[in-house]
Amino acid sequence: MRITRMVAVAAVAALSLGIAACGGDDGGDSGDTGSGSKSFEAGSTMEKLNKAQKITIGTKFDQPGFGLKGLDGKPAGFDVEIGKLIADELGIADDKITWVETPSAVREEKIEKAEVDLVVATYTINDKRKERIDFAGPYYEAGQNILVKADDTSITGPDSFKAGDKKVCSVQGSTPATNIEKYLANKASQLVVFDVYQKCVDALTNGQVNAVTTDNVILLGFIARNEGKFKLAGENFTKEPYGIGLKKGDNAFRTFVNDTLETLFKDGRWEKAWKDTAGKYVDETPTPPTINRY
Amino acid sequence: MSVLVDHFDVFASGFWLTFQLCLLSAVGALILGTLGAVMRISPVPPLRWVGTAYVTVFRNCPLTIVFFFAAFGLPSLGSNADFLKIPGLSSIFSRLGIDLPYFRFAIIALSVYTGAFVCEAIRSGINAVSPGQAEAARAIGLTFTQNLRFVVLPQAWKAAIVPLGSVIIAMIKNSALAGFFGLVGDLSNGAQNLTSALGEPIIPVFIGVSIGFLIMTVPLGLLLDRIERRRAVAR
Amino acid sequence: MKDQQTVLYDAPGPRARRVTLIGSVAAVLLILAGGYFLIYKPLDEKGQFSMDLWGPLIDPNNEVFPLVWERLGEGFRATLIAAALAIVSSLVMGTALAVLRIQLKSLVKRRYEGVATPLAYFLRGLNWTLAGISRVFVEIFRGLPVVITIFFVASALPEFGVDLGDILWYLVIGLTLYNMVVIGEILRSGMEGLPGGQREAAEAMGLSPFQTTRMILLPQAFRIMLPALISQLVVVLKDTSLGFIISYEEVLRVSTQIIQALEDPNPIQTYAVVGTIYILVNYALSKLAEYVQRRLARGRKTRALPTEQAPPAAVAPDIAAASM
Repeated sequence: MRITRMVAVAAVAALSLGIAACGGDDGGDSGDTGSGSKSFEAGSTMEKLNKAQKITIGTKFDQPGFGLKGLDGKPAGFDVEIGKLIADELGIADDKITWVETPSAVREEKIEKAEVDLVVATYTINDKRKERIDFAGPYYEAGQNILVKADDTSITGPDSFKAGDKKVCSVQGSTPATNIEKYLANKASQLVVFDVYQKCVDALTNGQVNAVTTDNVILLGFIARNEGKFKLAGENFTKEPYGIGLKKGDNAFRTFVNDTLETLFKDGRWEKAWKDTAGKYVDETPTPPTINRY
Repeated sequence: MSVLVDHFDVFASGFWLTFQLCLLSAVGALILGTLGAVMRISPVPPLRWVGTAYVTVFRNCPLTIVFFFAAFGLPSLGSNADFLKIPGLSSIFSRLGIDLPYFRFAIIALSVYTGAFVCEAIRSGINAVSPGQAEAARAIGLTFTQNLRFVVLPQAWKAAIVPLGSVIIAMIKNSALAGFFGLVGDLSNGAQNLTSALGEPIIPVFIGVSIGFLIMTVPLGLLLDRIERRRAVAR
Repeated sequence: MKDQQTVLYDAPGPRARRVTLIGSVAAVLLILAGGYFLIYKPLDEKGQFSMDLWGPLIDPNNEVFPLVWERLGEGFRATLIAAALAIVSSLVMGTALAVLRIQLKSLVKRRYEGVATPLAYFLRGLNWTLAGISRVFVEIFRGLPVVITIFFVASALPEFGVDLGDILWYLVIGLTLYNMVVIGEILRSGMEGLPGGQREAAEAMGLSPFQTTRMILLPQAFRIMLPALISQLVVVLKDTSLGFIISYEEVLRVSTQIIQALEDPNPIQTYAVVGTIYILVNYALSKLAEYVQRRLARGRKTRALPTEQAPPAAVAPDIAAASM
């Protein structure tokens, strides 16, 4: 009985894979890119990737708006779009990209071991990380903010947690969780951490916590998806420039990615990517940040 | 290795919190499990069904799902598990009384899940009492309750003590999951925080956490082995 | 169970039957009322029964229904693959561990007379050390939470330069480390529970200790312990869900992704469906274990082995220990 079950599952899966393969027609935006049309300096990473006609990009699979594995099993979001655009500039088509999940804890490691060529994963540029890898970008500047219920006026910013009676939720091992700890009077009775922000929002809805904190763009996504239920409390209180992680010392590649980003900023593809994904729920379009070529 | 010294407070407080969680959950599981076992042998069929359903569901469900329903299902039922804010206990177990309910949710998840196994252990104990004992008790005119209280249960407890011990050991280990469901500061959450947020090396942190758990599980395991061996000789 | 129960109280007379009936009705009413007021009503008030939330899971006409189930199917497949690999490798390694520990136990007793004294001491020391190491290995991995073991394997192995590529293997290794120890101990206690005559007879026939273990003890231990081994399969299946910690895409992690990708996130509904499937599969496995146990018990009775009493008692604690 178990065997028939497994066979059945396998059959269904095989069938559905077939269907998915037939239905894949979203290669529209990579139209003008003939793979041979690009040429790069011999021996560079760009040439290697272009020749191999494949690239491995790390992103998050559980970050709505930036990198979230969709119902079709493919990641989608702003980070994913940026990754696709860079691949495009390398002359690599969308379907030749291998997406690898890179949760916060393993990003540096995956880059160091060359398991991924690039990491585009809401990856805040900071000096500690620069010791192990290099950053291109930033391609977006986020800032940490606080999400509260729409009718809540008691929380106006991180300082509201100093009194010790407000509870806040964030994600395990993330920078926002570490940042907010400074403002807490008593960590044990004020802080909750889960593995994804959706769970924090559930806890906020049900009233176990008073606030959720992380980068503003992620919070904006939740505000938009739950019309009228939530709002941001006050201004961003940190700056989180998102960069693209790549192997340390590969300066030619870093320059290439930086140049690519600047091109994307100028020709409107960056803005389109933003509006299609994370910016879908936000009225104003942000101005592109300045590339930091350190 | 310096992590163990530098962050000793993380390990110590983590151990203390995990220990509290285990202690309270063990009590909860024993109560629930005994109730379940009584239900399963009661003469009232619907109670038997409830007992059986309880054991079937929780024995076959991954603990992760049980934890999920404690942490997110209970709130949708409108409960913050406030009934666990027991006045006297809250002064000893400080996490029990605070507003954030995840310590209480963790206790509920572990108790309910472990209770099903406790129920099975007790039932296996009752089954180990030879039917002649109960027959004899009935022959001398003891009622159902008297029979259970004076003849069957005392013997069943003895037979059940080793399986019960194993169940509790398993529960202590399972408590590690609480750190992934909103409990901040227990051993596993502390370890995660040290490695992923503070970037401490993994191996020393792992050793610290392991010591924390092994302090609880290994002595209990050795004690059970001893009891088992002594009983084996007696048999 | 049935027998035990009927001896606890008399066959009910008319009065007792009436009391039982009233009790039953009262219990049913109480359960229904409790279910309605404590569970159905609050859930309904929060709109948890809305088709927006259930539709993607149960309504084939819903536009995302096929996508959701395709992903869930992938998740279940990943769960089954991990569980199958873990149980097979745990069986192999567990058997090896059990044999090793049994062999070491008899070797430790050996005094190596007739060998040069220093060599004898060396061999005895070696045996002691190996026996000690295997014992410590067992105690550590039996006493550690599987979550922690998996987490550690996945983060420490790469640090040592062991790169297995697929996360699946870290999960399998983590699960194996725990389950091989448990299975090893089940088999070992099975072998030690066999009547001494088995071993003595084998030795009398001139079989070496290893041959005795392999040809006489192990097959019988497997037979006696089969139910416990099947129960262990349930444990492995449940424990694969811990893979979410190292972001292995088993069914629970896939569920989390689905929940977030849906227009209306429906954690409670999705987890309820996945939990139900888990329970059904595992329930079938537990029933299989019970069936095998009953069959074995019957077989044993007809052959009237002298150990008739011992194995069930020995099995019971192991099942309890193993089934979590």
